[in-house]
Amino acid sequence: MLGTAVIVFRETLEAALIVTIVLAATRGVRGRGAWVAGGVAAGIAGAALIAGAAGAIAASFEGVGQELFNASVLLAAVVMLGWHHLWMAEHGRALATQFRALSDSVRGGAATLGALTVAVGLAVLREGAETVLFVQGLAATEPGSTVAAGVALGAAGGALVGTLLYFGMVRIPMRHFFRITGWMIVVLAAGLAAQAARFLEQADLLPALVPALWDTSGVLTETSLVGQLLHVLVGYTERPSGMQLVFYVTTLAVLIVAGTRRRVASPPPRPLSRAV
Amino acid sequence: MRALIAAALLAFATTAAAADEPSFELVIKDHKFTPSEITIPANTKVKLVVRNDDATPEEFESKKLNREKVIAGKSQATINVGPLKPGEYPFVGEYNEKTAKGKIVVK
Repeated sequence: MLGTAVIVFRETLEAALIVTIVLAATRGVRGRGAWVAGGVAAGIAGAALIAGAAGAIAASFEGVGQELFNASVLLAAVVMLGWHHLWMAEHGRALATQFRALSDSVRGGAATLGALTVAVGLAVLREGAETVLFVQGLAATEPGSTVAAGVALGAAGGALVGTLLYFGMVRIPMRHFFRITGWMIVVLAAGLAAQAARFLEQADLLPALVPALWDTSGVLTETSLVGQLLHVLVGYTERPSGMQLVFYVTTLAVLIVAGTRRRVASPPPRPLSRAV
Repeated sequence: MRALIAAALLAFATTAAAADEPSFELVIKDHKFTPSEITIPANTKVKLVVRNDDATPEEFESKKLNREKVIAGKSQATINVGPLKPGEYPFVGEYNEKTAKGKIVVK
């Protein structure tokens, strides 16, 4: 049962951390809990469908259907997160006080709630499909109660880490909070893009350029807890290929540059009214 | 525009040439890989054909190869690997890590 829990924990951790970051980015937006919960539920339902079609998906596109599917889901999430970032850059104004920061960010969070919900759903879909397949395999030989206990334990572990991260994040002073959350979204998007690159390399649609730019598995493995956290939060990879680095850096560069240009072009802050 | 067409044709040609890549078979049975060790040529693109004879799915994963793929029960999947430098590249079946493991030796 513990072995099951460890595997389910690993699969759910990525989705849990993305849920945390989205919840942080939409802090103060009314009803965002319901939206995110809806995204998670849709992701789980989708995961069950995808798991059922796993054989057909894998066989499609001359055997690289699974890679194409994973890469597409990852890149779609990158687009959703990127759009949130650019919207915030354009509509959030230079911040006069921390109250202005909160209201601007809340408005921005509300406007992009749809995109962020989709990003959450996609993350849950991708990891969920693998989890469903794994559990199906287990359930064939092990008693249902043991399997269910393992799944519950692993998922609870993932949820716990996500919760701890959220409570850690809300301790950040408000004047920095949304800026830091914004950076986390940009770096998260870059990491997802690098993962997409790996699947496209696996599908032989993109060259690796360099098979492994470095190998830090001796320092920090991706399977350790810290390694897994860094893998999701900043896209840490033991042995990144050249193409993965290209995708990572390009995503960062595009979002930072485009965000900066929008911010510079957006209207200056209105003077605060005396009533405040 | 002509450059685009040329690029597309080149992409087709390269994909067609890929059909001549050497391929190696791995079989999953009773949550074990057979053979557990295979040798492939260095600096060559290779196809790994993994056949899952078990009824339950397995996930082929190798951090060193930078590859991961789920193979449904009673089906097979092809994984593109390489070109690789000489060395040993361990892999596991992530759903049954205790028993499903092996390595690819690149010479």
